[in-house]
Amino acid sequence: MELAVFTKFYDSPPVCREEVLRYAGVRECTSELDGLVDECILLASGRTAFKVCYCELLVSVCGDEVAMGCIKVTSKSLAKNLVGCDRAVIFAATVGIELDRLVARYSSVSPAKALILQAVGAERIECLCDTFNAEIAKERKTRPRFSPGYGDFPLEAQREIFALLDCPRRIGLTLNDSLLMSPTKSVTAVIGISAK
Amino acid sequence: MNIKEYLKQNILYLDGGMGTLLQARGLEAGELPERWNLSHADVITDIHRAYFDAGCNVVNTNTFGANSLKFSDDELEAIICAAIKNARRAAKESCGEQPKWVALDIGPTGRMLKPYGDLDFEDAVAVFAKTVRLGVRYGADLVLIETMNDSYESKAALLAAKENCDLPVFVSNAYGEDGKLMTGATPAAMVAMLEGMGADAIGVNCSLGPKALAPVVDEYLKCASVPVILKPNAGLPRAVSGVTVFDVDSVEFAKEVTELVRRGVRVVGGCCGTTPEYIAAVVEKTKNIQPTRIQNKSVTCVSSYTHAVTFSDAPVLIGERINPTGKKKFKEALRAHDMDYILKEGIAEEEAGVHILDVNVGLPEIDEKKMLVEAVCALQAVTALPLQIDTSDASAMEAALRRYNGKAMINSVNGKQESMDSVFPLAKKYGGVVVALTLDESGIPASAEGRLAVAEKILAEAKKYGIEKKDIIFDPLAMTVSADKNAATQTLKAIRLIRERLGCHTSLGVSNVSFGLPARDVVNGAFFTLALGEGMSAAIMNPYSQEMMKAYRAYLALAGLDDNCAEYIEFASNIHTPDTVPVPISDKPTAEDFASELGRAISKGLREQAAEITSAMLDSVAPLDIVQNEIIPALDRVGVGFENKTVYLPQLLMSAEAAKAAFEVIKSNMSGDKGADRCEFILATVKGDIHDIGKNIVKLILENYGFSVVDLGRDTPPEAIVEETVKRHAPIVGLSALMTTTVPAMEETIKQLRTHAPWCKVIVGGAVLTAEYAAAIGADRYARDAMEAVRYAEEIERELVK
Repeated sequence: MELAVFTKFYDSPPVCREEVLRYAGVRECTSELDGLVDECILLASGRTAFKVCYCELLVSVCGDEVAMGCIKVTSKSLAKNLVGCDRAVIFAATVGIELDRLVARYSSVSPAKALILQAVGAERIECLCDTFNAEIAKERKTRPRFSPGYGDFPLEAQREIFALLDCPRRIGLTLNDSLLMSPTKSVTAVIGISAK
Repeated sequence: MNIKEYLKQNILYLDGGMGTLLQARGLEAGELPERWNLSHADVITDIHRAYFDAGCNVVNTNTFGANSLKFSDDELEAIICAAIKNARRAAKESCGEQPKWVALDIGPTGRMLKPYGDLDFEDAVAVFAKTVRLGVRYGADLVLIETMNDSYESKAALLAAKENCDLPVFVSNAYGEDGKLMTGATPAAMVAMLEGMGADAIGVNCSLGPKALAPVVDEYLKCASVPVILKPNAGLPRAVSGVTVFDVDSVEFAKEVTELVRRGVRVVGGCCGTTPEYIAAVVEKTKNIQPTRIQNKSVTCVSSYTHAVTFSDAPVLIGERINPTGKKKFKEALRAHDMDYILKEGIAEEEAGVHILDVNVGLPEIDEKKMLVEAVCALQAVTALPLQIDTSDASAMEAALRRYNGKAMINSVNGKQESMDSVFPLAKKYGGVVVALTLDESGIPASAEGRLAVAEKILAEAKKYGIEKKDIIFDPLAMTVSADKNAATQTLKAIRLIRERLGCHTSLGVSNVSFGLPARDVVNGAFFTLALGEGMSAAIMNPYSQEMMKAYRAYLALAGLDDNCAEYIEFASNIHTPDTVPVPISDKPTAEDFASELGRAISKGLREQAAEITSAMLDSVAPLDIVQNEIIPALDRVGVGFENKTVYLPQLLMSAEAAKAAFEVIKSNMSGDKGADRCEFILATVKGDIHDIGKNIVKLILENYGFSVVDLGRDTPPEAIVEETVKRHAPIVGLSALMTTTVPAMEETIKQLRTHAPWCKVIVGGAVLTAEYAAAIGADRYARDAMEAVRYAEEIERELVK
């Protein structure tokens, strides 16, 4: 079967302030902090992209051995996540490099701003993953998305996922030697699709 | 036939997609297509032949990912050798009488360059250089760099090609739906950089279909003075029963491409989803079109990683503040290697409204070349403004131009032969707009005509290098009017002469004119207005000067460059006239008046207020008393609140920033008496890890508590940390790591510290660490947050005193 990898771009929806505060570790907000959050959301607006590339693969699970298309992984937790699935969507998502630049810009001028911008980035990428996930789950029964690094799903699987999806070319997402992703506000994950 | 000659008279046809055709012939997912040059030579040759049969002039070798990051040296050589042989054989065996060439195809490495990734710029150049040299050895006719979605990597590849071959080099970039590269560059920015470096044809490929790429292509046609390439996808892919199909068929594709050829595209082909059928259709529809003549656009522009700044009617402001001349604090910062100081200056100038940043970091006692490269790299990581590299050291200039992500301004050359001999070769190789001072071996001519003559001489010399006059901006030199009453009038006349007789742009370092006079700003502003009236295009100036900004804004409005005077009105609303400045309090304030106020400003995190209150307090309160009685107690209250979880991290940081602002006011008011310095604390994010926000937070809080922090940055090799610790005999080292994959680097750093700096204590932190994990890798202490790091540092300090 020929492998079909697709790219999707979304318009980025409004930022959820409560989530930003949660990622920044704040439970009670002051008016000064409120002002800072507003400022950071404004700074980030227009500087985030919402990009996903993905493909759908056949899945087979045998004990701890999971095969998703050409990707073979030994992982108890992934195997458990994919129980009862015969297919899976593998995706990579990123909100782009501009947010990294913003954080870097303010980390020397204002670490407080950098921290909130970091939280805005966390909110954005989760929002993007949720948006994409909801589309996949619209017509089919899906498992919670599962990323390399969760449980014993080895981070090394990143290399194969990147090769499979051609992330640098499709969405400008790259992997370095330490298996870190650039842009940093990015996610790769597997969404299992139940057979029934 | 020479391809460049052919291109002058003809439309050049490139080939179409390769990947999709290989998959159809059985290439497995995850298999490297470059290996098929060896294992399936016939298949590859067949595909090339089909493209030549369809009417292509150029096929691209199947070497998109053939680089030394993916293949061993031996395999790389075998692949490139076979790839070129396959293409040559196809040329020979194919029908058609059209001239045929073989292009060495070079795609991106798939890695992000530093600082946002881990591939060093020079390493990227070396990777591409290897591929280029093999391409030359095995007989490629030209180099095609394609599908690049990052400007910096495009530069690395083009530089490698230029340094390692004399073949024609074509560069094609992949643009997103927003009309920019993934890392942000606009077409105008790419045209500026690539043309500046001498690419023979430039353009776009991949990503989208021809129609969707049309706006980007139009931008290229508007800016480019070299042939424009178009190699689009067959529209967008979608899945039809598990198979990828593209939504633009060959007929529609040819129609859309033909439209763009009519508008001026000179090099056409296809990318993903296109086949020989598509190319044949394009050739058929366009072969009788008379190719558009390529015109020299004569646009003077510089660029950054995002955008181009063009010199035309609206004056360009070049910020002069990144320069140690006459600035004590700047000099200190350079000596202390305080890069943050330079970044803050650059960001502040950007916020003040300049368009370009001049960067000068020359001091006799520092290594200027190293510092300049570092400053350029650090600045271009955080600001989108183009840079003007300002040095008289040719080797520093070259090193900085090499690393610059765009087309820089080069400050400066002059009419002396020696100057031209050293600067023009650099401008030719790396591209750039050169600021040329109208002086030579006999000094600065007194008359405007004399300066015009020097300018003519400089243009003639530049021409020998193939540097066009659009890439020279003349600075006819503002001289001191207090020393010579005709100084300003001659300079103003020279601006007009250069503009009218030579058709060149001009720029001035405006403030020289007022040297030796009182209230210099007034003279500077007036002179600036006069110079703009004479047609000056740019100025190197101080953007914090109200008079200069007033002159600039008013000029824009008066010269018809500010619609509805909207920008002027916006600007005017922020002008402080004397009667809007708050009236000073008549009685001298006492410490009590401010006691709660400063404390409150700090605990609420109000930066400007904290600074203002502090500077008002300094009239009556001793600096150290403010620190001891106000700032430290306020900080402590916030710190304790954080430890008790009633204050959250962002608030702690806001307070810390407010306290820092107060400290800075105090520091600039204290001469010598700094109070007791606390011990040195070395801080770094370990090798392989590029996350540094946690480290920066710890740094800020430690500095607030008076520790002298030596920040080694991120992705720091163990050896560098050890070297600094030993050099300073530092008692504490703080290491940060975010990922499990970089904890081994942390462990290695600790091991080396134990060997070479056994006295020092190591404290570690970061998302993946725990107290147990920290103990296991040999650290002395784990800190969950910045306050814990402070408490530990205080502990160490107490022990040191004992």
